Amino acid sequence: MNLLLPESGLLFWMTIIFAIVFFVLAKFGFPVITGMVEKRSRRINESLEAARVAEEAIENLNRTREQVLTETRTEQDRLIKEAAAERDLFMQQAREQAREEADRILMEAREKIRQEKEDALRDIRREVAVVSMAVAEKVVRKELSSAKGQQELLDRLVEEMTEKSDTAAS
Amino acid sequence: MRVLKYILAVALAFAAMSPYAFGSGFSSSQESESLQELAASEQAQEAEVNVGELLFGHIGDSYGWHITDWGGKHVTIPLPCIVYSRTSGWHCFMSTKVEHGHEYEGFFIAIEGKYKDKIVERGSDGEYIRPFDISVTKNVCSLIFTGLLLIALVLGAARWYRRHDASQEAPGGFAGLVEMMVMMVNDDLIRPSVGEKEYRKYAPYLLTAFFFIFISNLLGIVPFFPGGANVTGNIAVTMVLALCTFVAVNLFGNRHYWKEILWPDVPLFLKFPIPIMQTIELFGLIAKPFSLMVRLFANIMAGHAMILGLVSVIFVTVKLGPVINGSMTAITMLFGVFMDCLELLVAFIQAYVFTMLSAVFIGMSRQEHEI
Repeated sequence: MNLLLPESGLLFWMTIIFAIVFFVLAKFGFPVITGMVEKRSRRINESLEAARVAEEAIENLNRTREQVLTETRTEQDRLIKEAAAERDLFMQQAREQAREEADRILMEAREKIRQEKEDALRDIRREVAVVSMAVAEKVVRKELSSAKGQQELLDRLVEEMTEKSDTAAS
Repeated sequence: MRVLKYILAVALAFAAMSPYAFGSGFSSSQESESLQELAASEQAQEAEVNVGELLFGHIGDSYGWHITDWGGKHVTIPLPCIVYSRTSGWHCFMSTKVEHGHEYEGFFIAIEGKYKDKIVERGSDGEYIRPFDISVTKNVCSLIFTGLLLIALVLGAARWYRRHDASQEAPGGFAGLVEMMVMMVNDDLIRPSVGEKEYRKYAPYLLTAFFFIFISNLLGIVPFFPGGANVTGNIAVTMVLALCTFVAVNLFGNRHYWKEILWPDVPLFLKFPIPIMQTIELFGLIAKPFSLMVRLFANIMAGHAMILGLVSVIFVTVKLGPVINGSMTAITMLFGVFMDCLELLVAFIQAYVFTMLSAVFIGMSRQEHEI
């Protein structure tokens, strides 16, 4: 049966045609298509990877932000507390200082008053002495205007002096 | 992948069985009809002979491309005949010169004998001598057309990639279709069969083989010009394809592959004084491409024969009266539609199977030793 016998002519042509088709397609056809598709799939993979990385970065960023936020909040709390404490301390100190100052001023005032009082007393005492001297002068003069008076005064003075020496001796 | 294998197996079994099933049905209906009418049986007999000739005429090759008969005239595309005779050297002429029993430069088409329907010349003592014949026959013409169509399709799609940045956009329409087909064969067939490491090297050949077979098969189903030629159902064509696979397998086979053939891991007595295993392996070496060749050839040829046979039933039953002819025509049409659909499936499956087996054979020849 000649259906089962390969024709030499057809073998010849088939070899040539298939070889040409193969070389043309292997050079310009299939590698272009498969290469490009591979390139595209690689790019898609890369894009997916990049998207994943970006998502991760965003998540990290979010986490960092939250962390920073909490940190800031605690810091703020701490600062407020510190400030309050400092303020309290400062107030206390100021109050104490004020009290001390007031005490000091009061003392000074008191001292001054006392000194003034003493000065005044001294002045009064001096005045009193002067006045009493004047009075005594006047009294002595009146008493000395009569002889009897003079004697009496002398006696009394001697008496007084002896009394004074007695008390001094005893 | 597994589901696909099952579908493939079922379809293959179906495709293998169907010619026998329908063939026997065809002949039995013929017998019953010939019993009914004695006078018609003689005519039917005559018609059957014609059917056989018609069938082989369509399945086989021819020097001109007979398209149709129009108003009692043959409409045939003349094709160049190129022959080399031992006595008179090279000759080149159009096929019209030797048609219908004409003789040209001593060459004519044999009507009977060993070289029936081939160009022959007469030897010194009257016997037919076949010259070396590389005529551009109908099948060669169809092969050229298939090749050009394939190149146009693939390069047309490849042109899209030159004009666009493929990493930015995916092709649609025609280029998208070609890309889908190419990547389907590339990723689902070649890559797993040959192996991840080396499939790139063999992909162009396997892709070319797949699309060449697929387009040839599809063109073979188209009943009018420029389809209709029985290209992949011709053993010479499948032989070249199988030889290509044979070369790809054995030329690039690695050390491990050759060791498996020449010195396999079997007990010594199986391979030393008498090389039993080596003989078996060598047979396997040849059987692989041989099976590729015969499988493709037989499937496509049988498909063509089936469809042609079914269509012939219409013409055979013309002489049996309008009722039988009408009913047979209806049945034939039904079966014809069914067969055409089946052939579409077979066209794809045979291309797929050829490529897959080639890929598997190549993969086996490149396999590294595994322990």
